[in-house]
Amino acid sequence: MTQPIPPAASTPPRLVLKDIRKVYPSVVANDGVNLEVTPGEIHAVLGENGAGKSTLMKIIYGVTRPSSGEMHWEGKAVTVDSPAHARELGIGMVFQHFSLFETLTVVENVALALPGKPDLGELAQRIEEVSKRYGLPVDPRRHVHALSVGERQRVEIVRCLLQNPRLLIMDEPTSVLTPQAVRKLFETLRQLAAEGCSILYISHKLDEIQALCHTATVLRGGRVTGHCQPAEETPASMARLMIGKDLPVCEHGSSHSAGEIRLRLAGLSHATADPFATDLRDIHLDVHAGEIVGIAGVSGNGQQELLRAISGEEPLAEKFPVQILGVESGRMNPGQRRKLGMCFVPEERLGRGAVPGMSLADNAILTAAKSQHFVSGGFLAFWRARAFAENCIQAFSVKCGGASAAAKSLSGGNLQKFIMGREILQAPKLLVCAQPTWGVDVGAAAFIRQSLIDLRNRGCAVLVISEELDELFEICDRIAVIAKGRLSPPRPAAETTVEDIGVWMSGLWPGSELGEPHATPSAEVSHAPA
Amino acid sequence: MLRLEPRAEASRLMSYLSPVLAAALTLIAGMAVFSALGKDPIEGLRLFLLSPVKDLYGVSELLLKATPLMLCAIGLAVGFRANVWNIGAEGQFMLGTVGATGVALYFQESDSGLILPAMVVAGAVAGAAWAAIPALLKTKFNANEILVSLMLVYVAQLFVSWLVFGPWKDPDGFNFPQTAMFGDSALLPILIEGTRLHAGFIIALTALVAGYAFMNRSYTGFKMRVAGEAADAARYAGFSANRMIWIGLLTGGAAAGIAGMSEVAGPMGQLTDKVNLGYGFAAIIVAFVGRLNPFGILLASLLMALLFLGGEQVQQYMNLPSSISMVFQGLLLFFLLGSDVFIHYRLSFSRATA
Repeated sequence: MTQPIPPAASTPPRLVLKDIRKVYPSVVANDGVNLEVTPGEIHAVLGENGAGKSTLMKIIYGVTRPSSGEMHWEGKAVTVDSPAHARELGIGMVFQHFSLFETLTVVENVALALPGKPDLGELAQRIEEVSKRYGLPVDPRRHVHALSVGERQRVEIVRCLLQNPRLLIMDEPTSVLTPQAVRKLFETLRQLAAEGCSILYISHKLDEIQALCHTATVLRGGRVTGHCQPAEETPASMARLMIGKDLPVCEHGSSHSAGEIRLRLAGLSHATADPFATDLRDIHLDVHAGEIVGIAGVSGNGQQELLRAISGEEPLAEKFPVQILGVESGRMNPGQRRKLGMCFVPEERLGRGAVPGMSLADNAILTAAKSQHFVSGGFLAFWRARAFAENCIQAFSVKCGGASAAAKSLSGGNLQKFIMGREILQAPKLLVCAQPTWGVDVGAAAFIRQSLIDLRNRGCAVLVISEELDELFEICDRIAVIAKGRLSPPRPAAETTVEDIGVWMSGLWPGSELGEPHATPSAEVSHAPA
Repeated sequence: MLRLEPRAEASRLMSYLSPVLAAALTLIAGMAVFSALGKDPIEGLRLFLLSPVKDLYGVSELLLKATPLMLCAIGLAVGFRANVWNIGAEGQFMLGTVGATGVALYFQESDSGLILPAMVVAGAVAGAAWAAIPALLKTKFNANEILVSLMLVYVAQLFVSWLVFGPWKDPDGFNFPQTAMFGDSALLPILIEGTRLHAGFIIALTALVAGYAFMNRSYTGFKMRVAGEAADAARYAGFSANRMIWIGLLTGGAAAGIAGMSEVAGPMGQLTDKVNLGYGFAAIIVAFVGRLNPFGILLASLLMALLFLGGEQVQQYMNLPSSISMVFQGLLLFFLLGSDVFIHYRLSFSRATA
């Protein structure tokens, strides 16, 4: 790791924010925020969900306007009218929530962000060059709707880099990369910074901030609560600045002796009609009562398809490949599988895990109607759903305006807590969840992980599909890796390392068709089949 | 400078105000139309909006016209909420008239009290069967239900014509394309003596209440709302998309069929080739002006009925073409769609910026 170089004091700041205040009808998102970024500086913005980080970044990028306050860009006062204006100034942003058109291809999406009318063929070539140079594999001709969350993020990053920005804003960029790819990205970012580009880096991974960032500004409740030099801090001390108290630690507890098999995948193969999706090939896995099994992997290697096959959103042609509590259920729909005692949490919260425009009480009905007896005689007992939702809000400390609040009014982390709570409170015998803490702040993430461990300790079988290796190592008893639609044999988490799993993510595990890990020395991350 | 600014949240108030605004704009535009045609706009509006309801008979005619609109619209709303776009209520309405007429003609000599209920059932089944065609094609072959249901309207029209010009033609009807008049036992009872308002109005009000209970209180109605708002969430929850399509289309078809029954067993008393008065298409506008909400549909159907009656008035007294009704319907939908922009956006007066 190269030691962060403090930027020279003589250079004029690239970006200065003075007393930025943003008031929404119901909430003050930013309250007198000051921020200064010099050329070549990698500046971290730390804060919990709802601390006002995203609002501040949107103001800089011209998505929203501040209620008051000034912004100076390279010494001149500016009012950024729109993202297009921001890009003109030389500001690029990679959003946490993607701003891509799903029906267009990657290259078309990139073209839209560029001024003028670029030649698509030439642009595709440039995309390939940039993606190769920065270790962000992207196929420019694929349609965005067929890309996984991780691949979409890569498109966003590549799109920004193509415009040679002088300030790059990155909102949680590493959550979907392998450890090797994160290192590669950091090299890129350091290289960019050395070339004079300023970087605003938002992340909840404190060790990353420590490794990468020169300076950090901490936000809490819309106000700046502190500045620090991450190199001189510890993750624990930064967490304290951020959440105002010590970081909660998960109590993993002893691994239980494995109970009965709750989920068995017996040679699950599934070819999808979508030419860009990953086919699942001969997947075998047993998940026992009282254990957490994790599935690691780079996004786009079949995680979505696997979850849909287990959940029943994509029913199979045959019954036997998916066995839930001993029942061959490959052809059942998700409702029938829930009746067997399975609950599951998808990676998209808004629009799949919850209906955006509906209240939390109505969203409780979505999956809990049958198990919690909200239905009698074909009609809904709304008060029961409301009581259940209120219970869930309380038990999982969901910050919201109550059970009547619309799902879309919640921050991502709070909605995730609600969805996890909704599934966990149904006392499932088997819980399958994807990306349980994606984009969730440290406090909430620790809480969600602890809830999963508690659930396991109560005898539930838990399967977690996650792209965050640290998380899997923190909570899982056994870990398997998915690559190109194939699943490695699971290994006890205590007997393996992040490095090993990182190599396995390329599809190179002992006995895999792609050969032994030693066959290829470089752990280049492979991409979903083209 | 005036500009549109997205709202943080969809405005509930605006979603109710928008139909009112649209109605007001329709009136203003209507006055402009009258002026352009060289008529006195105030007199035009008076004839259009007030004279149809100046007495009890006028009001009863209004309710009479509103009856099929309400029935068709509430059925359509069930499907629309689940994004099932049944545009063919007009055809399902006509099949409803055919089903009901079949029963009436077959039991022409009978005076059993079961004839009317049987006609209701026959109308509903025939309308639902017509709607089952797009449902089947949609679920089996993913054929677009908008096109299929719309095209079936014209098939239904020709089918009705064939019946009244051919096998069902009244032998004593001087060769007019119409069936024999129904017997008394096949006619809906009149609600107010001296008017044409019949029991179909009660059926329509019942349908609105049933529609409310179904859409807002039942589990199936909830599933349909989810399917309409977030298809992926419905899939995740395990709600069958095909079932939503079937329920949406069959409900719309059955309701339109009952509306058709109430026309032939009500004011018409027979089936003719002029049975399609555009209720099925107008009901689409009613459903949207009424915000797919039963109470809103009640109000919107009265407004739409007023436009039908007003059109007849200005045709009679101002010598304007009958299509003036259609113009007003079109204006109303046009302004509604325009006003709906303000549900998600607001006007802001921003200072000009560099």
